[in-house]
Amino acid sequence: MDKLEYTALGQTVYHCVLPNGLNIYVDVRRSYSKQFAFFATRYGGMDLRFRGEDGEWLDTPAGVAHFLEHKTFDTEDGNALQRMAANGVDPNAFTSSSMTGYFFDGVQGFEDNLRTLLSFVSVPWFTQESVDKEQGIIAQEIRMGEDDPNDEAYYRLLEAMYVNHPVRGRVAGTVESISHITADTLYQCHGAFYRPGNMVLCAAGNIDPQRVADIAQEVLTAEHTTAAETDHGRPERPEVGEKLTRRTMPVSIPLFTLGIKGTPAARGEGLRQRLLGELVCDVLFSTSAPLYNRLYEQGLLNSSFGSFYSDGPGCAFLVAEGESRDPERVRDEVLKEAARLAAEGIDQELWDRLKKAAYGAMVRRLNSLEDTCIELAEAHFDGEDYLSFPQVFQSIERGHGEALLRDWFVEARCALSIIAPEESQT
Amino acid sequence: MQQHWKRLADGVELAVTQTDKFKTGLLSVTLTVPLGAGTATAGALIPEVLYRGSGRYPDMEKLSSAADALYGASLSTGVRQRGESQCVSVLCGFIDDRYALDGSAVLEPAAALMGEALLNPAVQNGMFRRDYVESEGANLADRIQARINDKRSWAIFRLIQEMCAGEAYAVDKLGDADEARAMTPDRLWAAYRSLLSEAKVTFYYGGGAAPERVEDAVRRSFAPLLTGRAAPVDCRVEAEPRGPVRRVADSMDVTQGKLAIGFRTGGITMGSGDFPALLVCNALYGGSANSKLFVNVREKMSLCYYASSMLDKVKGLMVVSSGVEFSQFDRAQEAILAQLEAVRRGDFTSDELTAAARTTANNLRGRLDSQGLLEDDQLSRLLFHSEQEGEDLIRAVELVKADQVVETAQKLKLDTVYRLTGKEG
Repeated sequence: MDKLEYTALGQTVYHCVLPNGLNIYVDVRRSYSKQFAFFATRYGGMDLRFRGEDGEWLDTPAGVAHFLEHKTFDTEDGNALQRMAANGVDPNAFTSSSMTGYFFDGVQGFEDNLRTLLSFVSVPWFTQESVDKEQGIIAQEIRMGEDDPNDEAYYRLLEAMYVNHPVRGRVAGTVESISHITADTLYQCHGAFYRPGNMVLCAAGNIDPQRVADIAQEVLTAEHTTAAETDHGRPERPEVGEKLTRRTMPVSIPLFTLGIKGTPAARGEGLRQRLLGELVCDVLFSTSAPLYNRLYEQGLLNSSFGSFYSDGPGCAFLVAEGESRDPERVRDEVLKEAARLAAEGIDQELWDRLKKAAYGAMVRRLNSLEDTCIELAEAHFDGEDYLSFPQVFQSIERGHGEALLRDWFVEARCALSIIAPEESQT
Repeated sequence: MQQHWKRLADGVELAVTQTDKFKTGLLSVTLTVPLGAGTATAGALIPEVLYRGSGRYPDMEKLSSAADALYGASLSTGVRQRGESQCVSVLCGFIDDRYALDGSAVLEPAAALMGEALLNPAVQNGMFRRDYVESEGANLADRIQARINDKRSWAIFRLIQEMCAGEAYAVDKLGDADEARAMTPDRLWAAYRSLLSEAKVTFYYGGGAAPERVEDAVRRSFAPLLTGRAAPVDCRVEAEPRGPVRRVADSMDVTQGKLAIGFRTGGITMGSGDFPALLVCNALYGGSANSKLFVNVREKMSLCYYASSMLDKVKGLMVVSSGVEFSQFDRAQEAILAQLEAVRRGDFTSDELTAAARTTANNLRGRLDSQGLLEDDQLSRLLFHSEQEGEDLIRAVELVKADQVVETAQKLKLDTVYRLTGKEG
């Protein structure tokens, strides 16, 4: 395997590509008692239209990637979740809009568990009976999400911001959409996306990298495979679809999610744009940002407030979310401050300090094997080298932040989603 | 990983976990007082007001900027509950000196910043600033009222309120919303002064620095706290329910019902000899992915979207939490209780037992890989003088036998059942 040294971070990562197309990354940490493995496919909630194994384009119901994630744990010999739990490890999985990942951490029997993980994820086993049963379980999960005001605010924001891009749909789909999923649908999706050339395996802990590669080669198909081909619809226009969306729910004070629709990064520029987007979020929204402090002092924001940058194929956006008695006023103040900063410039000292702070926060994140593996996988799918972040930080200047504020923080690219308490309905 | 412990004065101690495992250090100072309805609001409000500014960094922007300048040190203040104690903490996570781009020391200035935040608050007329107290009082009241937004934790919160009514444990660690709104600077200042002089003080550091260096930094930055104090930390453990099973229901505009069921552990807590058996019993019953609740009630019977059990190891409680369809409330409750009966009868295989013990041991080992969890666990251990350190407890868990699990399960006593139903339901 290739040995990648990141001396500034004290990290060593081993990498190889198997003949079947699978990329493997192993982050060796001698002093950890846990081992972590993460096996992911570049396939998420937004990948509804794709080219199947037979070369034909297929349209699938919303929520199928997440549904497939649930059913992937089924094997001909029973449920892999219980088989691994019997080994004392806690396997789990998640589906985002652009990725599905399966993982476990444990302190013993790593090789055995890795074999199980690779095997249940790569070998499909679905019956119509178990699909029918899962429909009930997932419908409950969807309903639970619909009762969560934060989830609701977020998805309503995406629906308002995006006009065609499939990121606007809920990853889990709807009770209606998942009712169209059959065992056949799952086989088709599995065939298209769960092939080594479309997947990545990341592991971390006190483990032998070569053994990870050897086991993957033993368990997975030897046949060469490539990445899947997906279609995310017509290119999205830069403006949001709707500027304001609002509903009531049983909440104590209004919740809001404010979104800024950005321009997707060119391939290879994703990490840089993310760091830049996060820095701009910090300039406006961090606890040391003048704007946040002003709104906080005015009682327009409280401490349950946060912001982040998010992206996927064909989309990129910034989100700020929190509680406020007057979310529309918060939005107006944000746009005003962004325009001021774009015109007058960001304070150099603030910028330098936030850069230093962001670097420290990323170093701190490397303490977590889980976070590190997931970041390595995401970066791999984007064609990036995650651990190059110290160098990328060096290349980001204040002027880049000002340009992003000028181009993105305009009324036409801004949407606001509000969840108001029920009393205000009258 | 090496553990060090030192008494700095009566009721003041320092614990250090020295390890090179992490890229960061974590330092915390915790002031612990009994949880009480009369004092909880002030205890919860003090850390919020402290975070607003100090003498040297008079507003939040300047205080956060000082933390940012230490490579984004994560300075935070907050309140935790441990049994029937309220713990007010200042925490700071910071990168190890070796990753500082200019090679400067970070531990000492981070300790100094924490000391500044805790001991030198922004004052006006000899007490907390009125504007900070009023706005944080309003924010705290909002937070208390926002508990209802997350229905899963709300159901557990309501269960505990009902089940432990009359016990200090049921006092909300965040206090009372009306009291928070009405708080005045002089009352809060008095509460702050007595917190500093009376609370038990626990310093904790995890990271690469040597204990002597940590002690030195603590002594320099927190001198006013290093005075002796009698600060007993107690928790009343009720081994048995006080009467017949209580049943409580609320209704709300929700699409999914919540069912929360509370048990007393028969007096078993983290210091008890049968605590390892209780941990395994919980994992077997509802605390893991191959537990009886998960495999049978969720997967086989599809009665709940989630169903799991958890322990409060200080107070001696077990709580089952689940999300169910309104029409399935009775069946789900019946099934959840039937699974516990199965454990009590010894109706489980040796594979199930082995898996439960392994899961428990692995979870405990995994906690040693997280700086934040290490801090949290050490705090509980220090406050309640539990001798069982990580590795000893893990070994004990691995040796738990089936009859010990059965015996422990038989000690669990159903106390209260709480349902959150829909408006129509």
